[in-house]
This record gives sequence, structure tokens and C-alpha cells, in this order.
Amino acid sequence: MPKDGGIGASSKRREDVRFLTGAGNYTDDINIRGQAHVFFLRSDVAHGTITSINTSAAEAMPGVVKVFTGTDFEAVGGMPCGWQVTDKHGQPMQEPRHPILAHGKVRHVGEPVAAVVAETLEQARDAAEAIELDIAELPAVVDMKAAVAGDAPKVHDDLTSNLCYDWGFVEENKTATDEAFANAAHVTTLELVNNRLVANPMEPRVAVGDYARGTGDSTLYTTSQNPHVIRLLMGAFVLGIPEHKLRVVAPDVGGGFGTKIFHYQEEAFCTFAAKACNRPVKWTSSRSEAFMSDAHGRDHVTKIELALDGNNNFAAIRTETFANMGAYLSTFAPSVPTWLHGTLMAGNYRTPLIYVNVKAVFTNTVPVDAYRGAGRPEATFQLERVIDKAARELGVDPIALRRQNFITEFPYATPVAVEYDTGNYVATMDKLEEMGDLSGFAERRAASEAKGKWRGLGVNCYIEACGIAPSNLVGQLGARAGLYESATVRVNATGGLVVMTGSHSHGQGHETSFAQVVADMIGIDENMVEIVHGDTANAPMGMGTYGSRSLAVGGSAMVRATEKIIAKAKKIASHLLEASESDIELKDGAFSVAGTDKSVAWGDVTLAAYVPHNYPLEEIEPGLEETAFYDPSNFTYPSGAYACEVEVDPDTGKVTIERFTAVDDFGNVVNPMIVTGQVHGGLAQGIGQALLENCAYDENGQLLSASYMDYAMPRADDLPMFSVDHSCQTPCTHNPLGVKGCGEAGAIGSPPSVVNAVVDALQSGGKDVTHIDMPLSPARVWAAMQ
Amino acid sequence: MYNFDVETPGTVADAVAALGRDEAQALGGGQTLIPTLKQRLASPSVLVSLTGVAEMKGVCVGDDGQLCIGGATTHATVASEARAHYAGLAELASHIGDPAVRNRGTIGGSLANNDPSACYPAAALGSGATIVTNARSIAADDYFEGMFSTALDEGEIITEVRFPIPQAANYQKFLQPASRFALVGVFVAKYAEGVRVAVTGASNDGVFRWTEAETALASNFSADAVSGLALSGDDMISDLHGTGDYRAHLVGVMTKRAVAAAA
Repeated sequence: MPKDGGIGASSKRREDVRFLTGAGNYTDDINIRGQAHVFFLRSDVAHGTITSINTSAAEAMPGVVKVFTGTDFEAVGGMPCGWQVTDKHGQPMQEPRHPILAHGKVRHVGEPVAAVVAETLEQARDAAEAIELDIAELPAVVDMKAAVAGDAPKVHDDLTSNLCYDWGFVEENKTATDEAFANAAHVTTLELVNNRLVANPMEPRVAVGDYARGTGDSTLYTTSQNPHVIRLLMGAFVLGIPEHKLRVVAPDVGGGFGTKIFHYQEEAFCTFAAKACNRPVKWTSSRSEAFMSDAHGRDHVTKIELALDGNNNFAAIRTETFANMGAYLSTFAPSVPTWLHGTLMAGNYRTPLIYVNVKAVFTNTVPVDAYRGAGRPEATFQLERVIDKAARELGVDPIALRRQNFITEFPYATPVAVEYDTGNYVATMDKLEEMGDLSGFAERRAASEAKGKWRGLGVNCYIEACGIAPSNLVGQLGARAGLYESATVRVNATGGLVVMTGSHSHGQGHETSFAQVVADMIGIDENMVEIVHGDTANAPMGMGTYGSRSLAVGGSAMVRATEKIIAKAKKIASHLLEASESDIELKDGAFSVAGTDKSVAWGDVTLAAYVPHNYPLEEIEPGLEETAFYDPSNFTYPSGAYACEVEVDPDTGKVTIERFTAVDDFGNVVNPMIVTGQVHGGLAQGIGQALLENCAYDENGQLLSASYMDYAMPRADDLPMFSVDHSCQTPCTHNPLGVKGCGEAGAIGSPPSVVNAVVDALQSGGKDVTHIDMPLSPARVWAAMQ
Repeated sequence: MYNFDVETPGTVADAVAALGRDEAQALGGGQTLIPTLKQRLASPSVLVSLTGVAEMKGVCVGDDGQLCIGGATTHATVASEARAHYAGLAELASHIGDPAVRNRGTIGGSLANNDPSACYPAAALGSGATIVTNARSIAADDYFEGMFSTALDEGEIITEVRFPIPQAANYQKFLQPASRFALVGVFVAKYAEGVRVAVTGASNDGVFRWTEAETALASNFSADAVSGLALSGDDMISDLHGTGDYRAHLVGVMTKRAVAAAA
């Protein structure tokens, strides 16, 4: 029976009322009296030396407040990188300076070179056209392998090369892995590209900087997934503003998908310029700017090898990946191809030896960083593609090969440093075969063939490390931040609660699901609980939302704080009931004395806390407000099994998805409807990557897919009705809710099954195609058929 | 956007006069021009909106049996009002862009712009239509002069387009995945005098007639008739979404499908 409230109920998303009726408060809705507007003059070449920049004509234009160039920022810090990776020789990565406005050189199309602050945006734009900018163009570095060749031009003249780091993991396993390959009965090799993507949240980035001359306080309103992180990075590392003099507000945010985690130049600029101009300064990204200034995702080129013994057991995996960093290191870029990728290479399988090599490369392209899944989709894609290829080469059923190698005993320590606490991969695969009616595939294939279409079935599993992350562990791995979360629960005198969380909601529905958790713990109506987030002035220290961490880490902090509330409320209740505290029970919003009919309502206890006339003031403080910090002891490991069925039109190469089944194990589920919605969104993005999306540069570093005319986003009619299940639940063993996180799963789990299905379809049509690089556009599929 | 003046004439004569102003630019439904202006890629001093010219709107059948469509008629109007007379054309109009585009964009605007991936040029050329302007009538065969290039003179306005109504016609569009413009679109129309096949989206020279296919189909109006024919990919558009060879191949596929659907 579906519940009608609390944990497990599909409560309707309360935030949708304002989102769907135009009543949201997004950053672009914020306009401050006296605000000026900034327009950024951006580089239209990928690589060049700034030979001269003359702003005097621009400064004389109507409405211009001030014109800024790179020299105005010599006294402040560069954009910081939050993760330092150590290479296979024990050396730190190469870390270039990342200026707010280009200084000396430009290194990618779209890099801001100058900024005009004016009374109106049009005036700022007019003046920007009057800036006399001369750039001596240099040869662009675009292809990663060419970038690390000896004669390649350098993106950063002060670095030794374009190689950011050469990472080996686990370096101690390399020799044994190589030996396993030498002794293998069968080796399957696959070279593939994980295509570069643009996140494209519906709401482009916006920043409004404000400075209060009277107090010296700065405020930044910004489209961020983690306002506290921005406050720390921008305050401490870029502008030198102490955190107590800087407030960062991320109000309603219209989608993030990772690209709004990072600290961007425009945020630092608006905060800096607001003080310099003594005016609020606002920037709203155009969609064109978003394409060339939001951090991109993925962009790996990989060779993976799978060694099997004579019984088709996986013996070893060896990979070599080139990972594009773009022109500069975005905030968490170095961690994505390393600790979020290498540690997942075991997948759902017992593979005793794994060696992962990653070469991170600077190129004259937009910086690349985390995008929904971040490293884990890249790991899943290569692993699940090479397993499929191996099954085909060996002539065995791809599902049987996976089942044979599944990890079945937990906890399981992988050879790539992580320990899975729990999971049941057999159960999810069983459920997939049943829900996806895989036994009926042959019949469906025959029906497709009767209409002249080739039908294919693709299956894959996935594992992800979510609930990011144990601080002590990531500290050892190079993180320059802790990854705990916090929550403050404030109970009001009349019994309602305000929960202030460091997690941030930008589409995930936290205001609903978090309220369900707290209400369930106390036994009150969830409408008595309000979730507050997104403002460093009224939320406790928090690390924000990414890596499917909000419920697993932020929710756990909330549970801990609520437990403290309940413990104190019981003390108050025991006083009011004149009973021993140990006899007090909380159920359905009332405190009762065990074994008696004596009880006191939640509201009476909360009122007593704030009107302490009859109250044990000598023992406990009045009030009912608690804060908790939660630092996870391990990652969480959601897993699942996905099946995709496609039809390929042999005449045109066009792929259509006919069926898609996703079976996920997210552990316990708080709001099944929201979880289903998260999976739907993830699937759309994963299928978008597999079939449609492609961020492409030409050899000169010009962005070819710089608008929706050329960058294909998935639309509703590109997708089938999804069949989604999350009834296979192995609760996480180490967080109080037993939850694992669901935000990224769909995007991680879906691309390999799509590609596996297309290869299967082409094989059924008699085409000996073993791989096609994403996106599987009609033109690419047709070319592969020729 | 740069600043500009706007004129909203109510007659063709007033529109022509307004277009005589220095750096004036005609504005139809604005589906291409407005985005261009927003990106500051054009800077006309005057925009002359044609949407208020009543005599340039509407769909009717003339005395000579041709379907007449006013130059300022939207795609949505053509989709609904031309259906009873020329279903193949109405069907094409009903799949241009999305509802917002179809309710703003006009046939005259599309033909004047002559985007190499637009749908209407294929219909006009494939139907042997006549492009009527404020000054003259131009046969479709003489009108299209290559990508974004037409026989129109400066300030000349398409007031009407006249389509001979075929015995059978069909348009097949293979969508470019991102823009959903035609990666290749083929319009096939069968008349008593012969068959016309017009191709959009594919060629570096814009919309063109595939005369080889027309000849083959004239004697045998079936998909099989074009099976042995092939176009060269050398002069075809090659970009992120497909090579010239792929487009050349798609022309054959779409032609066959159009014939099969029309026959």
C-alpha cells in the first residue's frame, strides 16, 4: 500500500507549485536598486597573445561606468582548483594560473578578455564593441594526443608541457596486471571516445554582486549548487574577503547537472566590480555564452583491455585514458578522471587485477569538469562496452558472462581502493530480465524485421560511488575540502519546524523529500516542516549538492540533528509528564509514558521549550534548536541493470529507442515518485549522450556546436516511455537512512546499453560492426554500415 | 540588437515605399531575422514589417486552378487552409519548425531567405511555382540562385506564390538531429506534363532539381524507378551532421519514400 505521508510516500513536490506557475525566485529575478550591468568581451580565437588592448573609446561611450581588463586583477588570486592529483611518480599535477580576465594570452574561444560595466546591458555591449583588441593568433592545441606530442605548442608557456598529470592506479598492481594479460586465455581490446558534452541547464548562469559601503559586506547572488563552497573559494582564494564579510545566495536554481558546482570568473568579477564601482553589478549569461563558458563534461579517449581466463572469468583489466582538462583547471576537474573514474573500474564484477592510467591534458578548449555522473559514466561505459565485445568474441551470452562474474558477497573490497558495503546484482538482473521481458525479444525482433528494421538488445550493469564523501579519505586523495554536510533543525514554539541544510536543491525536490524524513521521525504532518537552503546567511556550513550526496550525506546530518531535537524534547516531555525520561516514547507526534495512557502532544512540548514556565531550567536550556554535522564513513554504492531495445533503419542509419528498462538499487527510498523522476531525467541525459549530444571543435579550436542549431539536445519524442523500478533495495549499511543516492544513476547507466543495442542490431543485419563512437547519429551509424 | 526604426505598412505600395529608405529590411515572421538581429549579426536602420499587409495574406484557388498563397501567410495557415486543395504542400507546411515557428513564419519570408535547409524552397521548385512580387512574376526555376541567394532585387517583396496543383505530391524530410531543419528534404510532384523532384538541405548550391530522377519517374512513377540512380556527394554539404556522401545517399532514400507515399 502506498503511504500517504512520510518516508516511502510519493508526496507531490511542493516546490513545483512556484516553479510551474512562474512564482520562483531565480537569480535573474533579483534586481537591486542602482544595479549596473556587465558585458564580457570574450576571445573569438582559441589561442593567441594579446598584443594590445585599448579601452579609451569604450570608456567614453554613453552609460559606461567602468571598463576592466586583466591588469585590474593582478592583485587578486586566480581561480582556485579544489583537488590536487599526484601523478604516478609521486609528483603534484601541473596547475596553471587561471585569471579572472585573460592576461597576456587567451587560451580558449569564449575566455573573457575585458568587461564593460554600464547602466544598461545594451550600453555595455555597445561599448565592448568599441574596445580595440589585438590578438596575435597562435596555433591551437585541440587533439589530446597531439597536445602531448613533443612538438605541440604549449597552452601554458610556464608549464613544462600540456600534460597536467600522468596518473597510475593502482601503480603497485601494474606489473601483476601486465603478467595476467600475458597469461590470459582471451583478451578483448576496445578503443573508444566518451564524447564531450555541454550541460545545458534550462537556466543559464547568472551572477549579481553587491557591496554595502556602510558595513563593508559583500553579497553574491549566483546560480550555484553549493553557495558555501563558492563563498570559501572566492572569499579565501580569489578576492581575499573573509567569510564573515561575504554572503553567497543561490536562490531557486534551474538545473545544475554539475556545471553549477564550480566557481566561475563571472562570480568573482561581479563581486569585485560591485565594490570597485560601488554599484551592484549583474551578469546574465546568454545561451551562446553558456556554450563557451560553462564547464563542459566527459571528453575521454580510452583504450580498455579485458583479460579472461579459459573459463571466461575476468582475470584483469587495463586501461589508458586521455582526459581533456580544457585550457584551465576547473574547480574539481582533476578528480573526475582519477578518483571518480579509476575507483569504479571494477564495476559489478570480481576482477582481481586492475590498472588504470589517465593522462590529463591541457588543450585550447573550454575547461572540462564534472557533469552528471562525473567519471563514473566514463568508467561504466568502457567496462560495459568491453564486456559486451568480449561476449560477442567468445560467442557467449552477454548477460550470462556478466552473471558469471558478478560480485555476490559483501562487503567486497575491490582492487581499486573502494569497498562496496552492500548490493545484490543478481536480484537487479533478475528483475531486469522479468520487467524488460527479455525472453520476448526474439519475437519483437522478428516483428521489427517484418517492417524492414533491424532490432537490437543491449544490456549493461553499473555501479557508482555516491554519497560523496568521507573527508579523511578524500583528503588523502588530494581534495582541498571536506565533504561533510550539516543541518540545523529549528523547532518553533507552535510546533512547526524549519530545517536549514547545506544541501542545495536545483530540481531534486529536497523541499519535499527532506520534509518527509523529518516529519516521519517525529510523526507529524510533513507540511509542518519547511526546508531552507541556498543562503550562507541562514544555512549552516554546507558543501552543497553533487555526486548524488544530498540525501545520503545532507539527509543524514538532518537525521542526526532531528535525533538531538527528539532527545531534548523527550527530556521536556518527561518533566511535563512527571515520568522518567527512559519511559518516554514518541509516536505519531505525541510523547507518552510507556505502559500508561499519559501523554503530551508535540505542540505542548515545543511550546514549553519557548515558554518555559513549567520547565527544568536548572537541567536543560530553553529552546529547541539543534545542529549536526555528518561525515560519511564510506561512499554509497547504488547499482543497477539496464536494458535498451533499438530499431535501426537500414536505409538511413537512424536509431530509435523502442524499449528502455531501468532497474536500480538505491537502498531505501524516501519518495518513489521523485526517485522515478530523477531516473527519467538521468536516462534522458544518458540517451542524449549516446544518440544526440556532441560538443565538437574544429582543428583551430573553434566551437562547431555552439548553439542548438548544431548541438542536439534530447527531446521528449526522442525517448520511449521508460520502465523504471527501484524495488530491489539493499539499504546502505553506514548511513542512518540506508539510502544511496539516485540523481546520477540514469546518466551513468544508460549509454552503454544504447550502444550495445545498436551494435547488436547492426550485427543482426549482417554488418560486422563492433563499435561506433557516441553520439550514434544517423550519419555515424550509416557510415559504420558501409 | 542594435537600434532600428519600425514601419508597419498596411499596403504593398506603402511597404515598397518604406523599403526605399536607407538600409531598410523587410521583416516577415522574423523567424530568421530576429535571432540574427539579437546576435547583432545584422544592423538594418529600418525594419518594414509585412505582417500588417492584408492583401498579402491568405490562401485561395485562382481562376486558372492554381493555389495562390499570400506572401505574408503563415505556415500554420497554409497547413490548415491549403489541405483541401494541395495536401502535399499543406503537409510540408505542418512540419516546418515547431508551433511557434509555424504561427509566425511566412512563406514569403522563407522563400526570400532561401535557407539551404528550408522546406518551402523544395515545394516551390518541386511544384514549378511562380513567385509573384510587387514588380513581376518569377518562375521558380529562375528564382533560386544558390544558398541564401534569389532573383529578388533590393526592396522587392514576395506578395504571392502560385502553385500548380499536382496529381500527386509528397515531401519527405530527414531531420538534422539538432536544428530539425532538413538534413535532406525531397519534394516530389507528379503533373500531367511530367514529374518534378526538388531537393533541399543537401547541396552546396541550395535547393535543386534532380532531373535524372524526374526523367525516370516520368515513365514509371514508382520507387523502383529511382533505385538505380545515384547522386555524387562531391557538391553536397558536409558538416557535423553528415558527409556529402551521406546526404547524396539520403536524397535517393527520401525520393523513393516520397514517391511511394505519393503514388
